[in-house]
Amino acid sequence: MRTAPGATLATSSQTLPPAQIASAATDSPASLVSTAAGPVEMPRHLLSAGDLNRDAALHILDTAARLEQAIAGREVRKLPTLRGRTVVNLFYEDSTRTRISFEVAAKRLSADVINFSAKGSSVSKGESLKDTAWTLQAMGADAVVCRHGSSGAPQRLSAWVEGSVINAGDGTHEHPTQALLDAYTLQRHLAPGRDLDGRRVVIVGDVLHSRVARSNVLLLSTLGAQVTLVAPPTLLPVGVHSWPVAVSYDLDAALRDADAVMMLRVQRERMAGGFFPTEREYTRSYGLDARRAAMLAKGGIVMHPGPMNRGMEIAPEVADGAASVIVEQVANGVTVRMAVLYLLLSGGLGGGS
Amino acid sequence: MNARAEQPTSAVLIVGAAPYGEEPTDVLLADGLIAVVGSAAGDDPRAAGALRVDGTGLVLLPGLVDLHTHLREPGREDAETVASASAAAALGGYTAVFAMPNTDPTADTAGVVEQVYRLGVAAGLVDVLPIGAVTVGRNGTRLAELGAMAGSVARVRIFSDDGDCVADPQLMRRALEYVKAFDGVIAQHAEEPRLTVGAQMHEGEVSGRLGMAGWPAVAEEAIIARDCLLADHVDSRLHVCHVSTAGSVELISAAKARGTKVTAEVTPHHLLLTDDRAIGYDPVFKVNPPLRTQADVSALRAALSAGIVDIVATDHAPHAGQDKEIEWDGAKPGMLGLQTALSVVILVMVQPGLLDWRDVARVMSEAPARIGGLTDHGRPIAQGEPATLVLIDPAATWTVRGGDLASISANTPFEGMELPGRVVATFLRGRPTVLAGVLAAAGSVV
Repeated sequence: MRTAPGATLATSSQTLPPAQIASAATDSPASLVSTAAGPVEMPRHLLSAGDLNRDAALHILDTAARLEQAIAGREVRKLPTLRGRTVVNLFYEDSTRTRISFEVAAKRLSADVINFSAKGSSVSKGESLKDTAWTLQAMGADAVVCRHGSSGAPQRLSAWVEGSVINAGDGTHEHPTQALLDAYTLQRHLAPGRDLDGRRVVIVGDVLHSRVARSNVLLLSTLGAQVTLVAPPTLLPVGVHSWPVAVSYDLDAALRDADAVMMLRVQRERMAGGFFPTEREYTRSYGLDARRAAMLAKGGIVMHPGPMNRGMEIAPEVADGAASVIVEQVANGVTVRMAVLYLLLSGGLGGGS
Repeated sequence: MNARAEQPTSAVLIVGAAPYGEEPTDVLLADGLIAVVGSAAGDDPRAAGALRVDGTGLVLLPGLVDLHTHLREPGREDAETVASASAAAALGGYTAVFAMPNTDPTADTAGVVEQVYRLGVAAGLVDVLPIGAVTVGRNGTRLAELGAMAGSVARVRIFSDDGDCVADPQLMRRALEYVKAFDGVIAQHAEEPRLTVGAQMHEGEVSGRLGMAGWPAVAEEAIIARDCLLADHVDSRLHVCHVSTAGSVELISAAKARGTKVTAEVTPHHLLLTDDRAIGYDPVFKVNPPLRTQADVSALRAALSAGIVDIVATDHAPHAGQDKEIEWDGAKPGMLGLQTALSVVILVMVQPGLLDWRDVARVMSEAPARIGGLTDHGRPIAQGEPATLVLIDPAATWTVRGGDLASISANTPFEGMELPGRVVATFLRGRPTVLAGVLAAAGSVV
């Protein structure tokens, strides 16, 4: 596993030294926000990575870095910043990893966390999304972290609640905090303290059904990265030519001298859907093995949002290899989600601080 | 075709209205018929004591006929009833509506179609003509008793599994052949189901960005191509419901050129709205077939103008709030249409000069009546013809508010839009169902 150059990061965070952040966060949440370089326009909700312009995205990443510093210096790994605020994890789909990540993030900021599991659609559950929204509103939720199997459900929800809505993955649409944690990871390894201008990132796999891919395409291109999508033609959406990316069917060619490769999870049911003939053929054409991983540029990294299908889209020796940052991605997920919750709930994303 | 007993109504003298938007004149309605057309109308003895309607600046057309509505009764009376839809239809200028069979129970037997027919008679605002299901339960496996429905009091002539496609080619062939015995027509919902599994919206750039499963144009076009060939082969009549793509227009144009007995409809929403309405995920814009691209909209307008697409039909599809105010995937497809159709046609076809008022009469009254086998609707505005008419103020504008519409449901995709044209009066066999833009009191109607 590659570790990020943390020392470099600390000096690159251009605002407050770590100690001050901790006290600022303790005393007055707003002061952390106001130290950002100029006012940053951010939405009240985080529904799409496309809602974030370059400054807003960098502000979140900077905040994540400073929160990480702040918490690293504490005996109790917890900041009192969101004490008394309520964060609801509203999960219509099973996703233990994402739910726990948000839960840990909220708890490290001392927020009260309520887990509201509502598996299945509102139709099967017998209560409409709107009624659920009103219920959460009545309970005084300051933020609703929503995972839903239907694309756009968090956006619908945002029209019905006064609190902030964070999209934690909606159908085959987006997963913006995943893209933020990926950008944070890329930044630490490839471009400490600044944007990803000119960095070449290859995203491989089921782009058609991937919310991770959609959010990463939007965010990474906003941050200046050159993104190439590699997939069998059946797993690319019809309109992909209008996206700010290059598209290739040839993984070997795309990997040559790339700075990072992000392997998407391939759901096994896609094979039943006839998107590709066999797992073996998929792995041969689009799987990341050691030979292909070696084609990355010097210092290039291997990423995966998890959970992995070892042996299918990624070979075990690559997943566990020196270039892999997959475990670090999980840790960074908590950090960027802290930043998002912190900024949203302290007014930083509302543009009103 | 209506054997119903109707109260004799007082005569109506329409003064200074312009039939087909042409020369203004006077029209006297008496005993359910157009008694006199011309300046002599006021001198007719029957004009004495007649209800006088000022037609200055107004356009007079034959009453509109909608070949495609969902009235939701029986089964979903919380969304719409035959009575509430009849009110919406009359206010929209309609005098006849065809009711699709996807009710609960399905209108696949003589008993159910007669029930719907009688509910229409009881409402007394428009003629309600049931469409029979092609297959039992609209399941697409075996033919429903089409002959029994044709021979019932409802005299069904149009058959459709609308909402679902008659996808099995052999079954479609049989249906097309079978209904020839009573001059029926199959109205096909053209959607190859294997190409639209889980589909949520038009497959294109917007669906890719929004991460929604796409409904490709080819799924409609493949069925239209196949059905035109089948109709040719068995020399039967085919009607294509809600054509939505430029490619479908090309196929229908080619089929008509070689003599296929095919007719086609387009909805007002497909003439005005595009797939980017899905941005925001408000299911009020979810409809089947889905809203397409601007290129498709342009092709549909041109096709309606050129007569390749024969008629405008609303696909009026009321849905209760709980079926729409949820996440997109779970929401039901469909939109209200009866009270906005004429205004949308004025906006997108008449005002740009793609249709004149004669053409509006053709595409919204005469041709749909002919396709549906109605002999007393869509008739000329001439002495001795049924006094089944609509009086329109083309200069008026109004703002659409779903809550103000007569339907029980409020799912209009045109909410807040200012549209041109208002229905001032509607006459069904001489009886005003709408006067001064409001529904005639029930007592005076039934």
